[in-house]
Amino acid sequence: MSHKRLWAWITLMAVAAMILAACGQQQQAQPTTAPAEPATAAPAPTAAPQPTDAPAQPTAEPAPTTPPAAQQGGKLTILYWQAVTTLNPHLATGTKDFDGATVILEPLARYNEKDELVPFLAAEIPTIENGGVAADGTSVTWKIKPGIKWSDGTDFTIDDIIFTWQYCADPATACTTKAAFDPIANIEKIDDTTLKITWKEPTADPYIAFVGPFGMILQQKQFGNCIGAAASTSAECQAANLAPIGTNAWKLREFRPGDTVIYERNPFFRDADKVFFDEVEIKGGGDATSAARAVCETGEVDFAWNLQIPKAVLEPILASGKCDAIAGGSFGVERIVVNFANPDPALGDKRSEPDQPHPFLTDPAVRRAISLAIDRKAIAEQLYGPTGEPTCNVLVVPAAVNSPNTKCDRDVAEANRILDEAGWVRNGPVREKNGVKLIVSFQTSINTLRQSTQAIIKSNLAEIGIQVNVKAIDAAVFFGGDPGNPDTLNKFYADLQMYTNGPNSADPQQYLQGWICAEVASSANQWSGSNDGRYCNPEYDALFEQLKTELNLERRAQLAIQMNDLLVNDGAVIPLINRRTPNAKLKNLEGPTFNTFDSSIWNIATWRRVP
Amino acid sequence: MLQYIIRRILIAIPTLLIISFVIFAVLALAPGDPLAQFALNPAIPESTRELIRIQFGLDQPWPVRYVRWLTSLLRGDWGFSFGTRGPVLDLIWQRLPQTLTVVGTAYLIAVLLAIPIGIISAVKQYSIFDNVATFFAFVGFSVPSFFTGLVLMLVFAINLKWFPIVYNTTLQVVDWDTFTQQVRQMTLPVTVLVVQQTAALTRFMRSSMLDNLNLDYVRTARAKGLSDRMVVLRHVLVNSLIPVVTLIALGIPTIFAGAIITENLFRVNGLGALLITSINNSDTPVVMALTFIFAILTVVFNLIADILYGVLDPRVRYS
Repeated sequence: MSHKRLWAWITLMAVAAMILAACGQQQQAQPTTAPAEPATAAPAPTAAPQPTDAPAQPTAEPAPTTPPAAQQGGKLTILYWQAVTTLNPHLATGTKDFDGATVILEPLARYNEKDELVPFLAAEIPTIENGGVAADGTSVTWKIKPGIKWSDGTDFTIDDIIFTWQYCADPATACTTKAAFDPIANIEKIDDTTLKITWKEPTADPYIAFVGPFGMILQQKQFGNCIGAAASTSAECQAANLAPIGTNAWKLREFRPGDTVIYERNPFFRDADKVFFDEVEIKGGGDATSAARAVCETGEVDFAWNLQIPKAVLEPILASGKCDAIAGGSFGVERIVVNFANPDPALGDKRSEPDQPHPFLTDPAVRRAISLAIDRKAIAEQLYGPTGEPTCNVLVVPAAVNSPNTKCDRDVAEANRILDEAGWVRNGPVREKNGVKLIVSFQTSINTLRQSTQAIIKSNLAEIGIQVNVKAIDAAVFFGGDPGNPDTLNKFYADLQMYTNGPNSADPQQYLQGWICAEVASSANQWSGSNDGRYCNPEYDALFEQLKTELNLERRAQLAIQMNDLLVNDGAVIPLINRRTPNAKLKNLEGPTFNTFDSSIWNIATWRRVP
Repeated sequence: MLQYIIRRILIAIPTLLIISFVIFAVLALAPGDPLAQFALNPAIPESTRELIRIQFGLDQPWPVRYVRWLTSLLRGDWGFSFGTRGPVLDLIWQRLPQTLTVVGTAYLIAVLLAIPIGIISAVKQYSIFDNVATFFAFVGFSVPSFFTGLVLMLVFAINLKWFPIVYNTTLQVVDWDTFTQQVRQMTLPVTVLVVQQTAALTRFMRSSMLDNLNLDYVRTARAKGLSDRMVVLRHVLVNSLIPVVTLIALGIPTIFAGAIITENLFRVNGLGALLITSINNSDTPVVMALTFIFAILTVVFNLIADILYGVLDPRVRYS
């Protein structure tokens, strides 16, 4: 071998060695601390300075009454198949971000598993009875717990709450949670522990702001310079978004966006001695099935979130006996939306516009027959299993507004009778009337569960002489809302479409707004109206106007039920399944509950390990 | 030689510009919205999502966005991620170690396995060893990594419980205990990658050796009375390695691209996982940065491979 060749080989080896060494070094040099660990570290992390000499709080803090059975301490490991990417909940891009922030930050109050409000930073829940909520709906007065401290040792004040509103009220901040702050006209500091929120117009939902995941409060000291565009562009604010200072039981130790968050005890937490775990870790990534296995089969993690898994796969995993599935409430209602406008491609630009009535779905008999023919029970039992149950209502939560009046048992004979009566006669396998054939296109997003549901519905409707042509669209397109794309659910270039939706708060007004005439999606509003079925019924609009001004909670619930019944009985929408996507927890973990309107880990400070 | 390198670098600049333009156009024209998860949420109305799109600059037409992206890149600003609202480069630096540890180790093991297997297969062509190696090479080739990954996970992690399912990226190797933990959690993802990469390299090494074994200089060496071992290791191997080295050099950028499926499956959360989640979330700045860096690395390693080729093979001369 020539010398030259030898040298080449030596150089090659040296390069390889350097690359390897570099790998090793990078492994060493990786950041191990939170990017913006506040300089003011807590003085004595273990001997908690017991910051709150707060008077005993008799109100329903979600603290368990039984004494801890196992030795306190240790690590709580939580697995999300979507990874947390920011810890500033107001800039969240997904549920995972709200949940990641929940471990650090708190709102004034949160919903519990019974859809009731539980005070967190607030001393009590304001109501009309205790004078907190103005009887005319113009304002609400909150009292906060005295003596609460941020994890950097400074005092939590009313100014922080006012600041959070100002932060999100600025459109340039581009808060995801902006709609929760929009109704606020002003916030007034009454005294050190009292604030009064005045609404722009009388509102029936005094708990829209500073409650639940959207209401978590940021520290003014940390985010003071971050109002407006700076929230995402200035280096100081970028660091703050990834390491907020909070009031909850833990503070940040290390955060790798899109991967892992590790939290450690907040010594200034008001109930620091009652907090069980020393450390909390939320790991993200992977898929829901292996997350379920990591809890139920290998026991590597304590809690896994949102197990959207087909029944056939999920049931054997849950059967291992090591874990409990936590499900309940509602994750939304899977429904079929009926298109009241004509999606016929022959119409060109006028396609699916509200002024083009649908040739046969505007006939109530056809809508009624479709609803009667669908076998909801088979869909629930064969496909959803523990993750869903049949429902006839489009509004199922909170329990007080779940209508008892509707029925949707399968009745093929009745469906056929209705169609016969309405003059739709069988011509071969498909019914027709005046030359219009009952052939429907039925679209949804690509998802095994949805395609199986489509198949069942297709065969159900074939029995009553309606031919179904199914179509599945990539979820990014279907839900993406791009006005330039023909396949979005907003344009709805089909006769029927299926997806899941549900109310976001215990007050159903925002959700029920999605069927009023003013919300009808059309090219005029860039297809952004939330009424994608283009249902327009003056009777429904009148009920909605009543709901908007009604302040009495009982009467609101009655109105909501009435509106649900109208939608369902009129066939404006065909509810199928109340989805109850479960979380899973190890048997020796106590505390997690399901939650419809709040985070799955809303009460994480009270979680504990039992022997 | 220097002139050649400079010329190549100058040619690379327009290439990279075109690559970045094409990627940007594809991303901009593909459907998707960073806030798609909230599309139906009644509490996050369209007006709010529009404000956020304006904040992200997505209200502008895409050619304008491309020019903006390019000019800020020239100033060294890669932009901020829509998901973290933090600098893109921070995100990439944070992910690089995981990828290098897992994918890099797998590549190294694959090279170290493939070369000897390839040599033996070629020297003892059609022997039992060769047949077995060929069989496994084709299995490795044809079975996709999501399948091998799932099978390994089911057998070794879930049933036998030898290895964990969840990769702990925050593990610090400080003592023997944490080292074994690191090895345990790396075993399955590395195995999946090694199976695939070894397969390709083995076949290449084998055919390269076979090409050389029948050449005249080998016969000459044998005729001189050199031992078989000497002929194979000293003469045939060195010459056969020339194309293999090129292949290995060209494969190095793929280490940095991460292994999308394997990383995602085992939650290694390296660059591959970052790329796929960013694509799913329409996080354009992150996807642009990753793909562009990958393009640069590919161009650079192409150049390195060409130069190495000239150095290793005296017949190749650049001017």
